Amino acid sequence: MAQPQGVDAVVEIRNLNTRFGSAVVHENVSLTVRPREIFALVGASGCGKSTLLRETIVLQRPVSGSIRVFGQEVIGLNDEEALPLRRRWGVMFERGALFSALTVTDNVGMVLHEHTPLSERLINEIAAVKIALTGLPADTGPKYPSELSGGMRKRAALARALALDPELLFLDEPTAGLDPLSASGIDGLIRHLRDALGLTIMMVTHDLDLLWRAADRVAVLGEGRILGTGTMTELASSDYPLVREYFHGPRGRAAREQAWKQK
Amino acid sequence: MVAVIALQPTRIVTVNQTAMPGIDADIATGETGDLRCLGAWTIAGAAPLESRLAAWAWPRTGEVVIDAAAVTAMDTSGAWLLHRTVRNLERSGRTVRLQGLKPEHGALLNVIAAHEVELEAPREPEPGMLVRTGRAAWENLGNTIGILAFLGESMIALLRSVVQPRRIRWRYILYNLQTAGFEALPITGLLSFLMGIVIAYQGAEQLQRFGANIYVADLVGLSMVRELSPLLTAIIVAGRSGSAYTAQIGTMKVTEEIDALRTIGVVPLELLVLPKMLALIIALPLLTVYTDVTGVLGGMVMARAKLDVSFGTFFGRLDDAISLTSYLIGVGKAPVFAVIIALVGCYQGFQVTGSADSVGRQTTVSVVQSIFLVIVTDALFSIVFSWLDI
Repeated sequence: MAQPQGVDAVVEIRNLNTRFGSAVVHENVSLTVRPREIFALVGASGCGKSTLLRETIVLQRPVSGSIRVFGQEVIGLNDEEALPLRRRWGVMFERGALFSALTVTDNVGMVLHEHTPLSERLINEIAAVKIALTGLPADTGPKYPSELSGGMRKRAALARALALDPELLFLDEPTAGLDPLSASGIDGLIRHLRDALGLTIMMVTHDLDLLWRAADRVAVLGEGRILGTGTMTELASSDYPLVREYFHGPRGRAAREQAWKQK
Repeated sequence: MVAVIALQPTRIVTVNQTAMPGIDADIATGETGDLRCLGAWTIAGAAPLESRLAAWAWPRTGEVVIDAAAVTAMDTSGAWLLHRTVRNLERSGRTVRLQGLKPEHGALLNVIAAHEVELEAPREPEPGMLVRTGRAAWENLGNTIGILAFLGESMIALLRSVVQPRRIRWRYILYNLQTAGFEALPITGLLSFLMGIVIAYQGAEQLQRFGANIYVADLVGLSMVRELSPLLTAIIVAGRSGSAYTAQIGTMKVTEEIDALRTIGVVPLELLVLPKMLALIIALPLLTVYTDVTGVLGGMVMARAKLDVSFGTFFGRLDDAISLTSYLIGVGKAPVFAVIIALVGCYQGFQVTGSADSVGRQTTVSVVQSIFLVIVTDALFSIVFSWLDI
């Protein structure tokens, strides 16, 4: 699909403010996600990462500021107005949010049924390709989400997010709750998808391994502000106490060493 | 060959553009090959493309040349369509030469080809009539045994609580008394009041014919107190609270809260089932007494309006019409109905397996089953009482 020319930011957030009652969640947050990059948003639990993601995908409304996706302002859009944009992005929720009454194939196919007049057969074929793309074995399609393990459920959710060939993918905690082996499988999968399909990926995570292995650029959210943005190496040499604590704690060091070994 | 529209080197006017304006994925006969792919091969244009490809007249044998130089964009859906076309041609014994493919599209095509999955899953044959009947019977048998086993377990838990009264969760019982009993007062009262009106109204015409107006008190009083009011109350409570029990326990099962209770060392039956059952055993007879009153009240209002039977006369007659036995039979059924409703509601809740859909299904089953059992039990009571001549 034709992307408006001259847009060098897929997601552009400017001076965003969010408050829940008197609690300030975001104060003048600004960040930019560029085309074809894997952008990660990190920060401690409860710092408003997921809120920021939900605001970007028009599920929640900030107090003030601007969020532009594909060059279009999304704040204040209603569901109908957001639809053309939503068809261009895919979202994977933290707990998968697969429809429990549908098989994995139908979970993916349902999106295609909703938005395209394709034949049943073609939809099933495309769903099977998407499921295979996420690395799930071929016999997963007819299974129900309750029959899958946590890691498989994440992959199935990713397959559903990919159903409409989005240009932009939002991932909320793609590796949370997974064992290290499945998690590192997801690291590779995210990079593979970006390279194979040319996607832009914006994810929320606090998995340091995932950050070292997959993320191109990382923004650290804390105290309601962006504390730093850059590559992992740049952030690791940052002076800001909270950022240092995040990257130089025992787990941060281990993840970094691990990543070096892998490279 | 399908008749195709005059070609310009770059831009093609297509037949199937009506559905999605602005998308110009198409195929055409070309000078360099048998098929030229044009435009944006993306999900948005996949539907017309699919039907066009299906209707395309391919050469019967030999080499097919597909020229993809004019493809402006391609996503996984478009790549899959192209891959499927090539694969189908090759399977039917023709060789395919794909030319002019842009490198990025070629890379995508390779990714798709690498993830191809055979779809032709062997379908299980539809089971026959006999098999289905057998399965349904087996399931019903299992269900009956399950409910009986659940009844047994609950009774054991109840006995244990009687022996060790400190195990009884009074707070939960009080809470359930409020939600299943007190909060049901308006709806049960209103419905039985209306029921009283309806019975008096229906009886009025017949009684008037014989000049037996005063017997409206017998009609309304006896039918409400002995039969209708316990039945009506039980049905309403089954719909209101029985369904809530199933949904609550079912959702707790989905979210593994039941397992959590077990690991903490709390017996789920004691926490989730007994308080509900005990509360309902207390609440349902009380509700029945209350609907007895409102139902008769409805009949009284109608009797005065339609039959000129004053409240005083009605009351006087009521004393003779309803024996103490009739009244006690009516109220006495209520605890039995309460056990049925609580038992079925909770049992179906525990039958939920893993999905939101299952919660909905079990809730439906719970309401249908408990109302069915309440009515059947009521019929059994009638038979037994007529045997015993009471």
